[in-house]
Amino acid sequence: MTRKRPKADVVIVGLGWCGSLAAEELTRAGLDVVAIERGPWVEPAIDFAPGVDTDELRWDTRRSMLLPPAIETTTVRNTRFQKALPIRDWSINEWGYNAGGSGTHWAAMAWRFTPFDFQPYSMTVSRYGAKQLAEGLIVQDWGVTYDELEPYYDRFEKIAGISGKAGVLNGQIMQGGNPFEGSRSSEYPLPPLKTTHLTDLFSEASNALGYHPFMVPAGNTSEAYTNPLGIRMAPCTYCGYCLYYGCGNWSKSSPNACIFPALVQRSNFTVLTDSAVLKATLAPDGKTATGVIFCDKKGDQWEQPADIVIFSAFQMQNVRLLLLSGIGKPYDPAKREGVVGRAYCFQTVSGANLFFQDKKFNHFAGAGALSAQIDDFNGDNFDHSGLGFIGGAGILVVSRGSRPIGNADFLEPNTPRWGAAWKKAYKDAFQNATGIFGQGTSYSHDEAYLDLDPEYTDQYGQPLLRMTFEYNTNDRRSAQFIEDKSVEIGRKMGAKTVIGTNSAASSFTPYNFASDHTIGGAVMGTDPRTSVLNRYQQVWDVHNVFVLGASSFPNNAGYNPTGTIGALALWTARAIIDQYLKNPAPLVKA
Amino acid sequence: MIDRNFLIASLSGVLFLMFPIKAGAQDAQAVARGQYLARAADCVACHTNPADNRAFAGGYALQTPFGKLLTSNITQDIETGIGGWTEAEFSRAVREGIGRQGQHLYPAMPYPSYTKLTDADVHDLWLYMKTITPVKNRVVSNQLPFPFNIRAALIVWNLWNFRSGRYVDDTSKSKAWNRGAYLAEGLEHCNSCHTPKNLLGGDKSSQAYRGASLQGWYAPDITNSHTLGIGSWHKDDLKTYLKTGSVGPYVASGPMGEAIENSTQYLRDGDLEAIATYFSDIKGQEASLPASLPASDPRMHQGKAVYEMACAACHRSDGRGVSTMITGFPANRAILAPVKDSILHTILAGGRGAMTHENPTGAAMPSFSWSLSDEQIAAAATYIRNSWGNNASAVTPEEVKAMRRTLQFRQVGPVPDDWSLSGESKPDLSAHPAMHP
Amino acid sequence: MTGYAGTAKAGVVKEKLPWEPGSLNAPVHGVDPNGPTYLTPVERRLLTAIADRIIPSDELSIGGAEAGCVTFIDRQLAGPYGRAASMYMRGRFVKGTTQQGIQSAMTPAERYRKGLHELALFCQRDTGKAFEALPPEKQDDILSRLENGRIAFPSIDSRIFFEQILQNMREGYLADPIYGGNRDMASWKMLGFPGARYDYRDYMDIKNQDLGLAPLSLRDRTI
Repeated sequence: MTRKRPKADVVIVGLGWCGSLAAEELTRAGLDVVAIERGPWVEPAIDFAPGVDTDELRWDTRRSMLLPPAIETTTVRNTRFQKALPIRDWSINEWGYNAGGSGTHWAAMAWRFTPFDFQPYSMTVSRYGAKQLAEGLIVQDWGVTYDELEPYYDRFEKIAGISGKAGVLNGQIMQGGNPFEGSRSSEYPLPPLKTTHLTDLFSEASNALGYHPFMVPAGNTSEAYTNPLGIRMAPCTYCGYCLYYGCGNWSKSSPNACIFPALVQRSNFTVLTDSAVLKATLAPDGKTATGVIFCDKKGDQWEQPADIVIFSAFQMQNVRLLLLSGIGKPYDPAKREGVVGRAYCFQTVSGANLFFQDKKFNHFAGAGALSAQIDDFNGDNFDHSGLGFIGGAGILVVSRGSRPIGNADFLEPNTPRWGAAWKKAYKDAFQNATGIFGQGTSYSHDEAYLDLDPEYTDQYGQPLLRMTFEYNTNDRRSAQFIEDKSVEIGRKMGAKTVIGTNSAASSFTPYNFASDHTIGGAVMGTDPRTSVLNRYQQVWDVHNVFVLGASSFPNNAGYNPTGTIGALALWTARAIIDQYLKNPAPLVKA
Repeated sequence: MIDRNFLIASLSGVLFLMFPIKAGAQDAQAVARGQYLARAADCVACHTNPADNRAFAGGYALQTPFGKLLTSNITQDIETGIGGWTEAEFSRAVREGIGRQGQHLYPAMPYPSYTKLTDADVHDLWLYMKTITPVKNRVVSNQLPFPFNIRAALIVWNLWNFRSGRYVDDTSKSKAWNRGAYLAEGLEHCNSCHTPKNLLGGDKSSQAYRGASLQGWYAPDITNSHTLGIGSWHKDDLKTYLKTGSVGPYVASGPMGEAIENSTQYLRDGDLEAIATYFSDIKGQEASLPASLPASDPRMHQGKAVYEMACAACHRSDGRGVSTMITGFPANRAILAPVKDSILHTILAGGRGAMTHENPTGAAMPSFSWSLSDEQIAAAATYIRNSWGNNASAVTPEEVKAMRRTLQFRQVGPVPDDWSLSGESKPDLSAHPAMHP
Repeated sequence: MTGYAGTAKAGVVKEKLPWEPGSLNAPVHGVDPNGPTYLTPVERRLLTAIADRIIPSDELSIGGAEAGCVTFIDRQLAGPYGRAASMYMRGRFVKGTTQQGIQSAMTPAERYRKGLHELALFCQRDTGKAFEALPPEKQDDILSRLENGRIAFPSIDSRIFFEQILQNMREGYLADPIYGGNRDMASWKMLGFPGARYDYRDYMDIKNQDLGLAPLSLRDRTI
């Protein structure tokens, strides 16, 4: 039996960054919003207070803030001719499982994508010609440009209290920032974080090589801050317990710290926690959704009717919800037809492992996004003529805070992994080992996609999502190029041993944690034949369903996704308020 | 007399519903005034059971030193609420502490304060209460043990402690002063918490607002004493504090946080200024403070270590906290109070800063009951009270232990679900162990 | 309904951030010295001997057994970790590619039970002695062969078994002492890891130098 809740104006599925940002806009506009969150409510002073947060085993090794594979996972295979098997253990599927979503446990690198990342097709063709694009590679424009999103990036950064230094302000190149970034309308709300010995070394070396280092924009507050919602944030303490941890002193940007205190006070906002949405329900003609079906913790089934349905769960979950709800045409890789599940993409990471001598890097002190980067080889910031690939990577070092269990294998090659030799090597490496990472701009391929698994199911008997993914030729070439650049910088930094690394040099496995930036599968675009969503993240076929998150990205950028996820969520919320409410219909003609 | 605000296991807040105004147009303004008065008097806080959150339906258990009292249903339900009451009966209950059947009400209901209300205000309050949706909820208020369950005893209590009578302007004072006095003494019943009590729980009026210890909290001295009270606050500080929940290093939490959230944040600026005017004129005592403990004292040494481990991340190593968010310690009179209840209560139980519309943050302090020993907590509190120019008496482990007994909450948080702390991680296959961007 | 009400069914959050005095999500599993355990005395003896080879006592620190690694593992196996509570354990279990990861119905606790039994049998058969009675070099040799897959067990993949032990031994040696291992923060002192500290602001400008910070644990009674 399905019980029915009172109808809401908007139901939001998943209360991470996207759901919270959208809810903040929509409730402020007076709409009655119900958010349904699969995980529990969490409170900084209870669930990740300084007195319990500093626990590597619990939060990092055992991933106690993440959605366990026992509850939902995906199946995986490298090609569509293999049998997919479930990812049984912790993997790159690092999905949030609490109010705040992955925005609670993220590392807090808060980037803007470059103008090129939103128009990779038209910009590549105009600069190099269509021959630059490899056969089968999916490269398409998003339908929204950097300039259109700029005000929304700005708003996100102010809500989240981002620390950084503008590189291009109103078209002017600024000293100390990233000279390759799209032009900004205002400076970051907070100055950059302090540097570390590691970021200093990287900056000096890359400067000496003629590159342009800068401090990565961070959702870690360099100073106390009050955001536009009146919410205070405390200064970051560089405790180093960031990625996989909640922040116990309100200094890491998160929905919990930056939005909930104001949002929850609004009487037109309700959160239902511990409730899993199973699917959206559609009107008989299939042209609109009527609400969602969800299961509470007891296993009771409920219907939440609503005029507008927003999917703002994790990227994989958004795609799965569309497939389970029968919204949009599923992708068929054999025929190269359909859109839901198409243009799935992961991210290459290549770089170098560096082993120094007699250093005291003190890696334990840091912040999730305390990093120095160069963008000289990111996006289309360099000439790709004759290179045989498009894209590149942001090349960076991270002073994120590192801890004993997680680094126990970060040793020079051929070091024993146990015994007295391991102890000695680890003692040395704990202060001397570090890495350079190239976070790639990756593009999907006709053969990389998501669909429903024919065998494996979750506890509700619904099929798991199946991922079919392998790095493509563009990925491998670009990753190799970045590896070489990283090795060059590592040598310049004075490391005793420099070992190139490259995730794309071998077959994709979800147990390589080099990145967890999995994107696409329900992408936005300009053509309903190649995208699920129009430029407002509105489903082409079902106009009152909006899908927010990295599932909308047709391609990955050489950056972490959250800043763009946030800007797009705000862009869509404004489109709902300013356009859709006046005329509930497709906002773009197909 | 125990105010609901002094309850430890209190609800985290109470919902203000958007009450449908049913009264006629000519009464609408009076009803709106009544709603304002009801907020100022904080009626809903006590007359709502947090377990079901039916506003004004009563059933909330007030823990008094004499036993338990359940608050009454004051919705318009005829059978179980006050729907059948006359205005005169309502007025008598509010201002004289006498129920419909002529029985004496327990002074947990602050009628010794409300007796000061004007006829016009009681009338407006009455009109507002008439708009409250009826909720059927029968409450047997008296849960007290013998002999406190004998309501007749309250006749004696009233003889000693209760002076019926409306507020009378002090003509030697300004209009603002008198308005402030009317609000503070009457509707807001500030004395309920901040004035020391006699053995029967009545106010010691000679020591008005000089601070009182109740239910594990210390409501600090709010006289104009520079050494003990708020005499050193700037002119607008109290107004800002009552409006937003914080001012500079002072962040309201605990019972005062709730009073601000539920009541004072809704007061008009003029009324807040009047209250500030009144309190700036409340005479306090000056005290000679003890000398700071020297940094060489072993308790200070241990306290510094504990402070750096447990406190500095939020309150900073210089003790200054974060303005209007995290309490700052230097010269903070509430932290330095001779009675240490609030600082120990907060270290052991944690505390949430007031969440108001102007400052919604509500940053909270975690409970350190689980991680710190009595000795460590005593040392940290001693260090806080004697650093950065502070000077106050040391805190002993015995005092911490006594506070643990008073609080009696569970020492360990909710048991996580089965999956928590249950994962398994394989050797890292990554080329970049645990350091992905 | 305000605040957070939620145990049996959906929690509802409205109007207020839920917060209750005294509540703290403190760790529950594996922290109670009198809590549940899993290993038999025989298994404990064998694992104790292994602990002192994975993490031998030397001039850098005490050994794995003295550090409490076996106690740590014993508590972990008795809790949800031992039951694989977080893992996807629905069938079918089909052998896949390396990239698809371990596809096994065996929980960590079961893996220890089977693996330790197989190891004991192997030692008796191969050397005529119990593992714990062998000289350290011989013990190391056997562990190396397990690590490299050069010993095959009939009922369990010996490499997976070894990786399981190695991971958990390291965890016991390197995790916070509240979980039963890392006695006196021995490994943190060895590495120079300051442990459960939450504020390095006063140290961020001191670069490439030893900060001289003694480690702290979650419930630290050394200060």
